Amino acid sequence: MSLSTLLLALLVLSSLAFYLGRKKALSAAGGNLRTLHSLPNYYGYYLALWAGIPALAVFTLWLVLEPQIVQSLVVGGLPEAQRNLSPGRLGLLINDIRNLASGNIVSREVAPGLQEAAEHYVRLRDTSRIALVVAVLALAVAGLTFGRQRISAHLRARNQVETVVKVFLIVGSTVAVLTTAGIVFSLVFEAGRFFVAVSPAEFLFGTEWSPQIALRKDQVGAQGAFGAVPLFAGTLLISVIAMCVAMPVGLMSAIYMAEYAPPRLRTVIKPILEILAGIPTVVYGFFAALTVAPFFRDTGAAVGLTISSESALAAGIVMGIMIIPFVSSLSDDVINAVPRAMREGSYGLGATQSETIRKVIIPAALPGIVGGFLLAISRAIGETMIVVMAAGLTANMTINPFHAVTTITVQIVTLLIGDQEFDSPKTLAAFALGLVLFLITLVLNIGALRIVKKYREQYE
Amino acid sequence: MSNSANGAALPGAGGLGSIFDARQQVSEAVSAGLKRRYARERRFRLYGMLATLFAVVVLGILLFTIIRTGLPAFTQTMIKLSVTLYPQEIDPKGDRDPQTLSSADYQRLVRDALDDYFPDVTSRNDRRELFAMISPGATYVIRSMVMADPSLIGKRIEIEVPLKDDIDQFAKGKIDREADQANRRVSDKQIGWYQRLVDRDLIVSRFNTTLFTAGDSRSPELAGIWGAVVGSFWTMTLTLLMSFPLAVGAAVYLEEFAPKNRWTDVIEVNINNLAAVPSIVFGLLGLAVFIGFFGVPRSSPMVGALVLTLMTLPIIIIASRAALKSVPPSIREAALGVGASKMQATLHHVLPLAMPGMLTGTILGMAHALGETAPLLMIGMVAFIVDIPSGPLNSATVMPVQIYLWSDAPERAFIERASAAIMVLLGFLTVMNLLAVALRKRFEKRW
Repeated sequence: MSLSTLLLALLVLSSLAFYLGRKKALSAAGGNLRTLHSLPNYYGYYLALWAGIPALAVFTLWLVLEPQIVQSLVVGGLPEAQRNLSPGRLGLLINDIRNLASGNIVSREVAPGLQEAAEHYVRLRDTSRIALVVAVLALAVAGLTFGRQRISAHLRARNQVETVVKVFLIVGSTVAVLTTAGIVFSLVFEAGRFFVAVSPAEFLFGTEWSPQIALRKDQVGAQGAFGAVPLFAGTLLISVIAMCVAMPVGLMSAIYMAEYAPPRLRTVIKPILEILAGIPTVVYGFFAALTVAPFFRDTGAAVGLTISSESALAAGIVMGIMIIPFVSSLSDDVINAVPRAMREGSYGLGATQSETIRKVIIPAALPGIVGGFLLAISRAIGETMIVVMAAGLTANMTINPFHAVTTITVQIVTLLIGDQEFDSPKTLAAFALGLVLFLITLVLNIGALRIVKKYREQYE
Repeated sequence: MSNSANGAALPGAGGLGSIFDARQQVSEAVSAGLKRRYARERRFRLYGMLATLFAVVVLGILLFTIIRTGLPAFTQTMIKLSVTLYPQEIDPKGDRDPQTLSSADYQRLVRDALDDYFPDVTSRNDRRELFAMISPGATYVIRSMVMADPSLIGKRIEIEVPLKDDIDQFAKGKIDREADQANRRVSDKQIGWYQRLVDRDLIVSRFNTTLFTAGDSRSPELAGIWGAVVGSFWTMTLTLLMSFPLAVGAAVYLEEFAPKNRWTDVIEVNINNLAAVPSIVFGLLGLAVFIGFFGVPRSSPMVGALVLTLMTLPIIIIASRAALKSVPPSIREAALGVGASKMQATLHHVLPLAMPGMLTGTILGMAHALGETAPLLMIGMVAFIVDIPSGPLNSATVMPVQIYLWSDAPERAFIERASAAIMVLLGFLTVMNLLAVALRKRFEKRW
């Protein structure tokens, strides 16, 4: 019985339980519904929950624990010599056993005993599956019978069902916290392993980045260098270029839309900006790598400038274009939040519209606008696809926008794409970079959200 | 306001006459500055207009280049072949055993057919070049025809098979005929043969159905986006199933039940921050926790959906809370007044009224997830996958990742297909956004 069939069977059992629970409650009421504590449907839900939840809990727990238990049993059944292998080689061995069991091609010749182990593995897995089906179905039926016995006219079914629903709601709201905890925990843990191999000072202040670890010890640059300063510089350069495009254009278009544009034009432009905001970043990356970058390279060649085909300029400008709608909509919100009275006061004194905007509205909206800019910077720093597709891979320390630079996000992607093992500093470096990225954006976000919130309170 | 006007506004010390003078001076100063101020006004307004125009023009250029690059991918140049299905080649024993039929040498039949067109091409090198003009997919076409209908064996069949991507590009005019032979991917001889085929009316251009029915392939003319579409479908379905209930639950709890205390403050700050965490960080989380710790299969839609769920949760929660906030308190009070419990008031009355807003937020969150690429690169959804994924635990890729992979490929035809895939992706996103807008329009209530 496959897992999805099992889940389906559970669903059917729960629906049956709903029907049975309702029926029992109605018969307990003996024709007079008023004697029931709750509405009949609640008794149905009550019984359905009894049938479903314990079984589902066991099901989930089983699936999480099964691989570990089966594996340790298989390892326990191996000969002494193989059991005491180093963890890495044991992992390979287990992989082989698994491949054998699923009928895949094994990486090397089948060692004696391996075939047996694979059969053992398959047997254990099959037993576990059957046991799972039996356990889950038995538990569902047991829950159903037990719950059904408890149903009487006095049972406070509604309260109990509502408690379960409330628990579900609370669980939903804690997922966000768990996610943050998961991010922090996994980044700190893996980065910690990286910092055992490479000192944090070298990572944060070193100026050479070449994470390729050679296969042989005697190769040139066999150690790899993990000085991340060129990456920080590259990220900064591209973000600055992006903000040079996004800030003026985004702010000015927001001002135009909020203050000048006739309503009819606004109904046309707003959706266009929303389309820009909804375009996936991979599309911007495509645009940057295949249209903008070659255009800059050719223009540069025509006027005698050498512009790299992976120049920071192309990536930065396209990233700026991506951020325009973001800046624009945030600025639009804060400009519209400035009270009308301030505008009218300024007009009353004889100021022109642009004078009102520059001397009254923008100063009044400044905290909100700055908050929006901070959020935009954090987006530029964390943006990945555009730079992966349009920026370079070599870590240059330069402020020349015509050269190729690399960024934190590009390096994370390059380090983690393809085959990887979890214990090499090369892979772990990605987590250290991720930690830096997370911390920078976190500080920017918290700062920005705080400013924006304060500003909002001011005018509410 | 100009400074001169401010300075002159101070009345001088003196009698009525001097006040009159001062007034005169002020109005003169103001009118003197007016022209400059109006010019500034116009300039400022122009800047605003230019900025808006810039955004619009850029969008135009973006869409234009993508459509211009992508449109040719919707057609494929085919060659008409008449292939003789020699029984001795396909099924020497004559028992129509499917095993034999499937392993027969159909490539040879294709080559025979091509030899019929060009009896003059005899040297080994030339023939190799000639055969290279036809896609390796031709053999599969014949095989599947024979497998479907073994009675064709022994007959002569007329088929259309795709040309190799380079010839296809040449046919579409994307390769410069005048360029030096070494600098283009089509040789002079191939151009000559192609011309002869055109003259004999053997070249046709057809709608590229492969693009919509096939998985990825090493040969551009055989590659399609269907595998990626199905991968996206599984990923999005799972994401929706996981994120919608959790997000609605969280929003309902925070908006309707949560006491105002430190813990709920922590949750609030958390949700707002998560919405702004770079997506790639979620990929790292998925790699370390879901793949490294829980052992979810790499590259599977399941692990992709888990990561995207965590990523879209804050978006949907924020939208759902706004929807719940917009339901007026009178609804809750009326329900409580007639004896509903708090949970009944929420689930039976508030939630249905807030549902359209929540669904709008969910659709927008899903659209965001559908276009997301970066975190999926971390969790192995970049693999080269030919098969159409048949379930949430198979290896799969999704549309944006397919676009990324193709735009990285050296072949021009892949770039073309990447553009076409972008057009399809943008089509999906537009439909989702229109749906959200329609939903908002249809059910939006002003209280």
